[in-house]
Amino acid sequence: MSKDDKILKEFTSKEYEHGWSVDFDVDQAPKGLNEDIVKLISKKKNEPKWLLDWRLEAFSNFKKIKEPNWSNLKIPKIDYQDISYYSAPKKKKMLKSMDEVDPELIKTFEKLGISLQEQKRLSGVAVDAVIDSVSIGTTFKDKLSELGIIFCSFSEAVNEHPDLIRKHLGKVVPTKDNYFACLNSAVFSDGSFCYIPKGVRCPMELSTYFRINASNTGQFERTLIVADEGSYVSYLEGCTAPMRDENQLHAAVVEIHAEKDAEVKYSTVQNWYPGDKNGKGGIYNFVTKRGICNGNNSKISWTQVETGSAITWKYPSCILKGDNSVGEFYSVAVTNNYQQADTGTKMIHIGKNTRSKIISKGISAGHSHNSYRGHVKVMRRANNSRNFSQCDSLLLGNKCGAHTFPYIDIENKSSMVEHEATTSKIGEDQIFYCLQRGIDEENAIALIVNGYAKEVLKQLPMEFSVEAQKLLSLTLEGSVG
Amino acid sequence: MLEIKNLHASIDNTKILNGLDLSVNAGEVHAIMGPNGSGKSTLASVIAGREDYDVTDGEINFQGNELSDIGPDERAREGIFLAFQYPVEIPGVSTTNFMKTAVNQIRESKGEKPLDAVEFLKLMKEKMKLVNIKQELLSRSINEGFSGGEKKRNEIFQMAMLNPKLSILDETDSGLDIDALKIVSKGVNALKSKENATVVVTHYQRLLEYIVPDFVHVLMDGKIVKSGDKNLALELEEKGYDWIKVKN
Ligand SMILES: Nc1ncnc2c1ncn2[C@@H]1O[C@H](COP(=O)(O)OP(=O)(O)OP(=O)(O)O)[C@@H](O)[C@H]1O
Ligand SMILES: [Mg+2]
Repeated sequence: MSKDDKILKEFTSKEYEHGWSVDFDVDQAPKGLNEDIVKLISKKKNEPKWLLDWRLEAFSNFKKIKEPNWSNLKIPKIDYQDISYYSAPKKKKMLKSMDEVDPELIKTFEKLGISLQEQKRLSGVAVDAVIDSVSIGTTFKDKLSELGIIFCSFSEAVNEHPDLIRKHLGKVVPTKDNYFACLNSAVFSDGSFCYIPKGVRCPMELSTYFRINASNTGQFERTLIVADEGSYVSYLEGCTAPMRDENQLHAAVVEIHAEKDAEVKYSTVQNWYPGDKNGKGGIYNFVTKRGICNGNNSKISWTQVETGSAITWKYPSCILKGDNSVGEFYSVAVTNNYQQADTGTKMIHIGKNTRSKIISKGISAGHSHNSYRGHVKVMRRANNSRNFSQCDSLLLGNKCGAHTFPYIDIENKSSMVEHEATTSKIGEDQIFYCLQRGIDEENAIALIVNGYAKEVLKQLPMEFSVEAQKLLSLTLEGSVG
Repeated sequence: MLEIKNLHASIDNTKILNGLDLSVNAGEVHAIMGPNGSGKSTLASVIAGREDYDVTDGEINFQGNELSDIGPDERAREGIFLAFQYPVEIPGVSTTNFMKTAVNQIRESKGEKPLDAVEFLKLMKEKMKLVNIKQELLSRSINEGFSGGEKKRNEIFQMAMLNPKLSILDETDSGLDIDALKIVSKGVNALKSKENATVVVTHYQRLLEYIVPDFVHVLMDGKIVKSGDKNLALELEEKGYDWIKVKN
């Protein structure tokens, strides 16, 4: 991996201010995973004892359970002992000008319409102090704190809001949940914490992109979002710019709590390095995302645009515990070349009159494989619950694969579940129709694909949606003809 | 403007066009008639450059350029327009968006700057009037759930938006009610000029009362077997295609 790639790993050059002891004795832990490493991580981060114990419990569970093998993915054997689980945040060398940045990368930035300032920031070129991300982050933070909203790094939250963390951490994704979640719980490096107090409507999109220290959360990221009664927040994760990382394995965990009448909208654009045209390299992305609609009338909505990673294993889910609570999942997953994606959702209906909606749009090109996997479970008590699922697959070319695995499990007679699935190919007819109007093939595919994914894309916040559309086209560039 | 000589074309090894000649000059209207399956739509697709067809012999010249190495999108940008017999649905893409992409890509190819939202809307409003089409229809996914007549009207709207040199209308009249036929014909006539040409493919003499052709050709078995003026269409309507077969 080139120097530029390494530099790209970070959003900003800002060193950590919180959570790290000053007197490092090691920069990087030796490879391997054992109890001492877990203890080392916790110690380096000055964590309280309860958190260390929590990590150790997760680690002991990790040792007991097996890697999942039920997905429709071909995952090369991962040697968990060959990974270093801790490295001190380093200050990266700044580039002097855009001239030093990989021209290929600049091309991609331009196609995505990312401004020059942003290009500089993303590729690690020094930017003016005024528009520097840190100052953006600070003004941003002041505004939020006036409303009592907490939005900070996970490490910072452990120190400054220990009660909130202790109350919610691991309650939706417990330490014994699944293999990758256990791993994350044992060794997570950092992440984000967000708390919206009672009755507060967060006035802006909360974006990890703007948070100070958003960089360097590394391969095991932990996010916790708590929306107290009657609050609202829209949270954005990721960005459309290509994300490179020297770490191949990523296992993040996101937990969401929505209390009575609260609403959380969580949007993701995932664009990790997918590997090259021949399927070499690329990130393995094993994510556990789950939210609980704890109170009555609460709502959690996941929207994801997945374009990156060599392997994606991801099922953002909702536990609909409160009566009348609502869970939604909107997904566009694009795979090209040799990418593999196994993604979908779980909707667990526990409360009465709970409703869930699943809109999944898979797009496969090249030699890629794209699977939708969904589980709708309606528990005995969940009277009058409803689910609607629509899972569409679009194929470009005939070397790729699309698969749908819906699991439906209803224990309540008054509830209703509807599932629709379609598989289609981009028609020669559609492309010719576009060509005949003077639209070239690349734009034709972009137009058709964006039309196909529209229902999902329109769920994204405005500017994000425009960027995501460009990203879809870019991912499929050169996939036909 | 369009000069077709000895055109042979096949699809999946089935020969469809067998030595077709056709010459269309600027300012002219040509009608092509012929029995089902005779190759009318094939001819239209081959002129537009659809790659599923193999041109095995002959040539097509458009404005002095031989077209064989020119792709369909470039032909469109050069001014060839095809109103499809069966317009295609593209879910999630509105006609507005479709046309905006097309208009701006054509402009870009000519070195003109793209129209901004206001300019584009103005152009749309103007052309909408011409074919009496409603904004609501243009905001819907193109052709999805459109009635037969709406699809055809939408094709002519697109023709008006793109202002082509050569328009080929493939059975645009089929599926239109009498009022719509008049409106669409009026639109086509309004777009007619000394600089452009129109080829209408039709089965019915009725359309030719509204769009009056300078020439009428009969296409049978992949060839133009007879050409004449507008009276030929009347004669065909009366006597059917067997009449020509017998004469040959
Ligand atoms: N892929 C194909 N393989 C074999 N034959 C084909 C193929 N596509 C079209 N044809 C045949 O080519 C012939 C000409 O078709 P075309 O659509 O050009 O006819 P047309 O004159 O437009 O007829 P209509 O008046 O019904 O619209 C038909 O016999 C049709 O079945
Ligand atoms: Mg036809």
